[in-house]
Amino acid sequence: MTADASLPDDRATDDGTPDAATPDAATTDAGAADAAVTDVSPPGAGAASSRHTAPSPSGRGALHSPAAHLEVDPLLDDPRTRIVVCCGSGGVGKTTTAAALGVRAAERGRKAVVLTIDPARRLAQSMGISELDNVPRRVKGIDESTGGELHAMMLDMKRTFDEIVEAHADAERARAILDNPFYQSLSAGFAGTQEYMAMEKLGQLRSRDAWDLIIVDTPPSRSALDFLDAPKRLGSFLDGKFIRVLMAPAKAGGRAGMKFLNVGMSMMTGTLSKIMGGQLLRDVQTFAAAMDTMFGGFRTRADATYRLLQAPGTAFLVVAAPERDALREAAYFVERLAAEQMPLAGLVLNRVHGSGAAQLGAERALAAAEALVDRDRAAAEEPAGDRSENLGGDGIVDLAGGKADSRTADGHSPAAADPRTTDDTPSAARLAAGLLRLHAERMHVLARERRTRDRFTALHPEVPVAEIAALPGDVHDLAGLRAIGDRLASRERTADDTRQTEG
Amino acid sequence: MSRLHVVSGKGGTGKTTVAAALALALATEGRRTLLVEVEGRQGIAQVFETEALPYEERKIAVAPGPDGGGVYALAIDAERALLDYLQMFYKLGGAGRALKKLGAIDFATTIAPGLRDVLLTGKACEAVRRKDKRGRFVYDAVVMDAPPTGRITRFLNVNDEVAGLAKIGPIHNQAQAVMRVLKSPETAVHLVTLLEEMPVQETVDGIAELRAAGLPVGGVVINMTRPEVLDTGEVDIAANGARRGIAEALAEAGLRGGRRGAAGVKWADGLIDPLLEEAREHAQRVDLERAEHAELAGLDLPTYELELLPEGVDLAGLYRLARDLRKQGPI
Repeated sequence: MTADASLPDDRATDDGTPDAATPDAATTDAGAADAAVTDVSPPGAGAASSRHTAPSPSGRGALHSPAAHLEVDPLLDDPRTRIVVCCGSGGVGKTTTAAALGVRAAERGRKAVVLTIDPARRLAQSMGISELDNVPRRVKGIDESTGGELHAMMLDMKRTFDEIVEAHADAERARAILDNPFYQSLSAGFAGTQEYMAMEKLGQLRSRDAWDLIIVDTPPSRSALDFLDAPKRLGSFLDGKFIRVLMAPAKAGGRAGMKFLNVGMSMMTGTLSKIMGGQLLRDVQTFAAAMDTMFGGFRTRADATYRLLQAPGTAFLVVAAPERDALREAAYFVERLAAEQMPLAGLVLNRVHGSGAAQLGAERALAAAEALVDRDRAAAEEPAGDRSENLGGDGIVDLAGGKADSRTADGHSPAAADPRTTDDTPSAARLAAGLLRLHAERMHVLARERRTRDRFTALHPEVPVAEIAALPGDVHDLAGLRAIGDRLASRERTADDTRQTEG
Repeated sequence: MSRLHVVSGKGGTGKTTVAAALALALATEGRRTLLVEVEGRQGIAQVFETEALPYEERKIAVAPGPDGGGVYALAIDAERALLDYLQMFYKLGGAGRALKKLGAIDFATTIAPGLRDVLLTGKACEAVRRKDKRGRFVYDAVVMDAPPTGRITRFLNVNDEVAGLAKIGPIHNQAQAVMRVLKSPETAVHLVTLLEEMPVQETVDGIAELRAAGLPVGGVVINMTRPEVLDTGEVDIAANGARRGIAEALAEAGLRGGRRGAAGVKWADGLIDPLLEEAREHAQRVDLERAEHAELAGLDLPTYELELLPEGVDLAGLYRLARDLRKQGPI
């Protein structure tokens, strides 16, 4: 971890990260306390957190920079990192972050594959994956001089489901399943199918062992957690007792000594038939019968994927925008991952704003802008000869020769030499007022973002954070993805660097 | 005039806030509106700053004005909706519990394709059609905080899908009934967007899908608009011709680092580059926003604009958004 060695010393104390023994969720299981440092944490983050094992005196309660910094490059470079999962609520830039991480990892020498779920069209085009063929394609335009490669694919959930069926049933049975109307709806429509198939595809990519790093984007779900729950849910349905009852109502109801169940069963099958209609019930029963041999398989696969997500080579990145709802969801997710013992590498805070003039506070900028506008307006109402301050460029340059402070007293000036009205060319004062207003707006954004971020880090000081400085436009080419990667890996903390002080 | 307003939009565009503001806006002059959520996120409770909503219609806000009506809210839970439904139509209280024990209810509400969506939309449609003893509608309008644009057509159209799957029988009949409401002029699907490329693109695609499915599209709500302070041309002037003048203006407005005269102007000049950088980003965004605006105008749909509230949306902000919506005519 040479990258760690180059860290400035003060960061370790500055970050105030709790050490590994801090009773946070990851180490509540006493037996796993050791593992939390070396095994359970993802490799990159493991190295990063070991840096903080010396508890700093200022520690957790420090007002300044409560969160550790998430080092993305060590995480991507570490050969032990095999899977990176990007999760978070909708609209926070998960897909773009996943793609940017893929580009960066590949250009740093990894043989990486990015599994995206629903990329924006232009982003998909720029990566050459706008066609849904459910197979990773090599991305062109990547700098492969370090020996890396980038492959990318877009998930086709129905096809993935079909492939599982085809791979695990003989041809005749597979045909029966694929033709079943209930299956067709299930594979294309069920709200959890996408999540299940995303995890299934992840398992497939991992077992092919053709890539040394897999980066997964997660589906835009009702809640960001669906992809953890859906596989288990589908798995428990597919080998659960309900489907067995559907399959063989008579057999289940006929068991000796289960009188209560018996009554329940006959009532139930009758009810089901009444509610679902005979034809749908038959479809479900045929489907269940045809799937019979595969049930155990589904549970096994769901369990395997789940264990894969818990494995030391996996790193979860929670992506969020510095907004209240997104960070609330992120906090929830962090807690959930800890409860499931999934290895969290850190939080990626996307689209964070900064300012090069943070010493000038919003209130002051606004007050100055108002003063300039008032003055501009007052001057505009005076006779033309007195409008010395309203002029753009030329007029004022003249004045600037050292008597700026006496300008207000200066009544006769080059104003008359410039007949343009303020409507055609904005006066310097108005331009200055505009700049100041924009700056005030920016400082308000900064303050709001910092508040929401601080709320998160107060709740979860153990979670390392990396910030991506906001870009003015959308990203839809490799150059844009590279820029995102650079910003993500940059050690600067956008918001911290711009603590507001009145200048 | 629509009575069921379905509010969708790409994630992050603020559709829950807009749905809440719309429910408030529609509750004037003594009208009653019902705001429903279907995704179990408790977003409505957060927007109205109340505790989590139960599966029960309760009043959560009073519309402003002398004869302000009321906003009621309901977080629809698919499982409870199914049990209610079974009870209502089949008197299946006990069997419902047995079904639940067996995993059948879970199956119906989470696994069975489309059933969950029929239950959710079905409950909303029931509220739309519900009448009191005197034969008047209980709610003058129902506003649904719906799934995001990418899933909205499938969510609303899933009744068609279920109807195809269950060709006869009670599910089929229920789905048909729900679909009749959703495809009638009583319903309007509104899409919330920001003036950014991806949300606008999703809006354009989403409207095409809704139209192809025969679902009635209402309006487009452009959320979080920001005023244009300076455009590219003005920023160019500021960066090139007017720099000196701006430094002087800043110094004159008191931003001179406590220095006097030329030293003050010089200090002010140091501010200009970072300020210009911010202004360039703003101008670039203004250009993008104008292009996205033009794209939305091409849709030929009513549009409504809501300003970004710099301090975020609290309860007061929500009422302000409702007022702004109302001012822009009937939605």
